Amino acid sequence: MYDKLWLIPFFPLLGSVINGLFGKKIKNEKVIGSIATLAIASSFVVSCLCFFTLLDDKVKIHQQVVASWMSIGQLQIDWGFLLDPLSALMIMVVTGVGSLIHLYSIGYMHGEEGFYRFFCYLNLFCFSMLMLVLGNNALVMFVGWEGVGLCSYLLIGYYFEKKSAGDAAKKAFVVNRVGDFGFLLGLFTLFWYLGSEHNVWTVNFVEISQNAHLLPAGGFVVTFVTLCFFLGATGKSAQIPLYTWLPDAMEGPTPVSALIHAATMVTAGVYMIGRMNGLFALAPTTMMVIAIVGAATAIFAASIGLAQNDIKRVLAYSTVSQLGYMFLAMGVGAFTAGVFHLMTHAFFKACLFLGSGSVIHGMHHGYHHAHLHDDPQDMRNMGGLRKKMPITFVTFLVSTIAIAGIPGFSGFFSKDEILWWSFGSNHGSWMLWLVGAIAAGLTAFYMFRLVFMTFFGEQRTDPRAKDHIPESGLTITIPLMVLGVLAVLGGYVGVPAILGGANKIHHYLEPVFGHTIEVNHIAAHGSHSTEIALMATSIAIAVFGIFLAWLMYVKKPELPGKFVGAFTGLHRTIFNKWYVDEIYDALFVNPTKRLGTFFWKGFDVKVVDGIVNGVGALVNLASKGLRYTQSGLVQNYAMTMVLGVIVIAAFYFFG
Amino acid sequence: MISVYHYLVLSAILFSMGTFGVLTRKNAIVIFMCIELMLNSVNLSFIALSRHLGNMDGQVFVFFVMTVAAAEAAVGLALFITLFRNNETIEVDQVNLLKW
Repeated sequence: MYDKLWLIPFFPLLGSVINGLFGKKIKNEKVIGSIATLAIASSFVVSCLCFFTLLDDKVKIHQQVVASWMSIGQLQIDWGFLLDPLSALMIMVVTGVGSLIHLYSIGYMHGEEGFYRFFCYLNLFCFSMLMLVLGNNALVMFVGWEGVGLCSYLLIGYYFEKKSAGDAAKKAFVVNRVGDFGFLLGLFTLFWYLGSEHNVWTVNFVEISQNAHLLPAGGFVVTFVTLCFFLGATGKSAQIPLYTWLPDAMEGPTPVSALIHAATMVTAGVYMIGRMNGLFALAPTTMMVIAIVGAATAIFAASIGLAQNDIKRVLAYSTVSQLGYMFLAMGVGAFTAGVFHLMTHAFFKACLFLGSGSVIHGMHHGYHHAHLHDDPQDMRNMGGLRKKMPITFVTFLVSTIAIAGIPGFSGFFSKDEILWWSFGSNHGSWMLWLVGAIAAGLTAFYMFRLVFMTFFGEQRTDPRAKDHIPESGLTITIPLMVLGVLAVLGGYVGVPAILGGANKIHHYLEPVFGHTIEVNHIAAHGSHSTEIALMATSIAIAVFGIFLAWLMYVKKPELPGKFVGAFTGLHRTIFNKWYVDEIYDALFVNPTKRLGTFFWKGFDVKVVDGIVNGVGALVNLASKGLRYTQSGLVQNYAMTMVLGVIVIAAFYFFG
Repeated sequence: MISVYHYLVLSAILFSMGTFGVLTRKNAIVIFMCIELMLNSVNLSFIALSRHLGNMDGQVFVFFVMTVAAAEAAVGLALFITLFRNNETIEVDQVNLLKW
């Protein structure tokens, strides 16, 4: 079965090429959508086969080389794929969620101009993402890494005629480039160090983890390398300090936000750290930095999410916050928990985004019907939609409960494991736990604020549009229902031992992380009663958050206004995202622009153009003088010739 | 006794006179005649040296030069006639169109 691995990225590439080349001629939306969806669904089928073969297999790590890429001296780089439990899980998530979102997009993107373009990019994205997770060496991963960045850029800028969309796309691309620079620097340093010091010339992941012991644990090199890789991860996975692009990325169509900016691409950083866990575990400093950045991002983004009114922006900050959790998990050595949260988050956050897309679709329909130009994404225009959109409402509610961390739903299991590890791990601390728990409370609050503002209470939509908001069609609701079910059940693969579960995912990922955890003595210590107490506390915090949201947005809707009145400054700061964009503009963007302007007007125009024009002017001036020798009189020329002869003769006789 | 030395001096004098005429005279036909003078002064030195060295090459060269001079005369005079027809002058300082 493993020799069919190459088919997994191949199908989306094929779909992308077909739609990209012939989509304009095909025109028929059903055909275009079917090609794209079939392509990714085929990948899903192959992924399933590989996944289940791997489950029953004794050998857990398989490499398949398709072709040689470059061969330089002792360095051999292949187009190779690596299937181990980690990448198998990732391809299941990418192709599974990807298939559902493709199906959803057929309904959601109906009637959009450039329908084929959308599906071409979406398939191309799936191809790149699968290359990223399947690559058996860092360079193939980097190809995927850049590919998803490109597709992200293309899809954020899908509505390129809108300036804000174009700007958001550029921002995402540029910010990601900063991270990519870190990734490359880390890779080069690692490659150079292993090669020059130990004569191990390799970028292959399996070989890197086999040779990880050559790097002195906690030494400067491994710390530098992992910090560089982590910088790459912060760019791709929207962590402090490079998270600012993700909220702006919501300018893209909603399925894109669900697939790229929630479920798959933004988790690439987490995946990358998981893939190189052997290196990261050797650098305690880096681990600490990751844990702190993750926890800080979790609470920081959650705080911004409290005050946003755009339904997709709330979800965007929620994504940043949840990614922070994953990094927190990675940082405290809970690799399994991080990947587990990655998976459950993919389910419930994709469901939430698609649900918000369904709402926006309905609102847009209503406003379109009434010829209004209100913002269909503003939650202040919504309210009471649960009767109009029952399926969307139920799936959305289920996913919200899952993300809020209510027992029995997927988010609870994964988030609680992260919190437990952040407290009990020998890389963790109670402060990390506290920050994580508070962020969980904030998450519960703002997510239920979103649900209450959107689906409960009085409908605040313009009266002319309010009766024309339909439930979305089947292509939209089927993915919602599937993802809703997964959002509930997805967590049961990782029920912790303390709740009588088998923690299957832990055993499943053992071949990837087990060695690292054993060698580096990473473990979570603590009594069962502590674990239970922490669990109870985080549940209590989550329930309190939900209660507060209910109180403020259902029971006493006048409360938020009073609250804002009482804390105007704080509210304005949070509403304006802590002015981080403005600070970045002042610190980096504007100085860079000024530097660019200086080089343009100061250096290029004056110096470079000056030299070029000066040479021209000099030649012009010289010829202006010299042309007077061209008198047109034959005798002058003859005179010159004679003088020349005399000079030559004189030189001959006297020289 | 007239030696080859005297021939060469005469040739140099004739050549210098011709050159001077070419550079100073305005009438194209006079310039042309001066050129003929230069050519024939060279012919003279050819002949003198040929005789002095007992080598026939110089005399052969003289025939070539005379042939070229004849051809030149034909072409040159034709040019002067055309020039005169167009400009009503053959003063070379009046003919200076080929300049900046």
